[in-house]
Amino acid sequence: MRLKYVLSEVMVGLWRNVTMTIAMIITMAVSLTMLGASGLMYLQVEAMKDAYYKDIEVSMFLDASVTDEQRAQLQTELESDPLVRKVKHETKEEAYERFKELFADSPDLVNAVQADKLPESFRINLVNPEQYQLIFDKYKDREGIDDIIDQRRLLEQIFNILGAIQNMALIAASVMAVAALLLVANTIQVAAYSKRREVAVMKLVGASNWFVQAPFVLEAVVAGLLGAIFGFGALVLGKIFLLDGSLRDLTDLLTPVRWGTVLLMLPFMATVGSVVSAITAWVTLRFYVRV
Amino acid sequence: MIQLEHVTKTYPKASRPSLDNVSVSIEKGEFVFFIGPSGSGKSTIIKLLLHEITPNKGRVIVNNKDVTSMRSWKIPAFRRTIGCVFQDFRLLPNRTAYENVAFALEVIGKSKAVARRVVPEVLELVGLGGKEHRYPHELSGGEQQRVAVARAFVNRPLILLADEPTGNLDPDTSIEIMRLLDRINRTGTTVVMVTHDSNIVNQMRRRVIEIESGRIVRDQARGVYG
Repeated sequence: MRLKYVLSEVMVGLWRNVTMTIAMIITMAVSLTMLGASGLMYLQVEAMKDAYYKDIEVSMFLDASVTDEQRAQLQTELESDPLVRKVKHETKEEAYERFKELFADSPDLVNAVQADKLPESFRINLVNPEQYQLIFDKYKDREGIDDIIDQRRLLEQIFNILGAIQNMALIAASVMAVAALLLVANTIQVAAYSKRREVAVMKLVGASNWFVQAPFVLEAVVAGLLGAIFGFGALVLGKIFLLDGSLRDLTDLLTPVRWGTVLLMLPFMATVGSVVSAITAWVTLRFYVRV
Repeated sequence: MIQLEHVTKTYPKASRPSLDNVSVSIEKGEFVFFIGPSGSGKSTIIKLLLHEITPNKGRVIVNNKDVTSMRSWKIPAFRRTIGCVFQDFRLLPNRTAYENVAFALEVIGKSKAVARRVVPEVLELVGLGGKEHRYPHELSGGEQQRVAVARAFVNRPLILLADEPTGNLDPDTSIEIMRLLDRINRTGTTVVMVTHDSNIVNQMRRRVIEIESGRIVRDQARGVYG
């Protein structure tokens, strides 16, 4: 009986003020979409780090004029270096093969580059990928070395861009969240005002506090959950039309976003949406309306 | 049953206290009138007894419980032992007489089956048999107040508080409501009524406590309005 009473009160409450309810759900949905997107981005960057950092290399490119002696000397030194886990020499021919493979889509580019124009290099896996600087300082002045490049640096630039997008999404999410919470607070105040007679009688006859407040709080929670569901729908559409659609090439280049990860956002958004709404409603009731 | 011990209540921004060092003791089963001019502080007593407000000084003891220091989560359970009737009836306009009374049961967690058994009984008691399904606007003032009394009494409270219950009613109707309160009193319920209706006080010949400017100026066992 009690549950039925509370639920029917919630539905009546949401319906009584339906334009406000819709505004509340829309802002909530947009905010949660942003939040979900940035959560997705975070998980994605983590996944990419795992995937790439594992076989990240430091490339030591050799001068075109490097002598056999210098090369052999470098190789023995690198092989016995405690910082180095694994070292592999890549000849000009191998570099060209890799280049052809990498740019198979652009035959013009491949044709324009001659096999012996690409530099030979040592591909070095570090024991600890963070220690690039030590390797760099140790070898930078040696004869026969053209440049030492940390692939990690390149990846980090990509991660920085993704991180910046993630931050923008988070900022947008928080701005929208403020709007959503103000709407929740307003809706609760309106609801409490329109039910002030009932509330007065309930308090008079000794209804428990939770019984008086539950319909209002649940009203906000239902709106928060609906917002999360719509926001999740937006993420699914984004996955279908953006990630798997127009941005396909980009997402293939980076690691693809899996459905499992997208699905993970639903409980996350639903929890944030409902908990935050509930707290807002409760605080509103406590401080702005005497229920 | 009810004790006020040196109770002082000053509302914020008020220049003088509404109640000034008031001590009263009311026994179980008594019928007590609080009388006095508007603003004398008599309605403040009702608010104190309901724990709608707390005193600045002194203690309020209802039912052997110190209301002053009561935890807020215990207040709902405490209020279930008190029935309350007001000048403006405070009925829900979109509910029938039956539903208004049943609402008071439902919101404290009683089942519909209990309501079906108890509500017609209490409506019969207040003399509204046959009018269960009327809405407040279809009832006269006296009938509306009967619904309010039924709602206050349906939980069989130990105490019934009445804040100028006849204030909006004509003399004849007022007397009917008083007969009803008298009957409730005879079941053992303590009745505390705030009023400035001299006719009623003079007819009932019950204990009269007169308040003026926040102080008790008279406490008489079988008093008149004076």
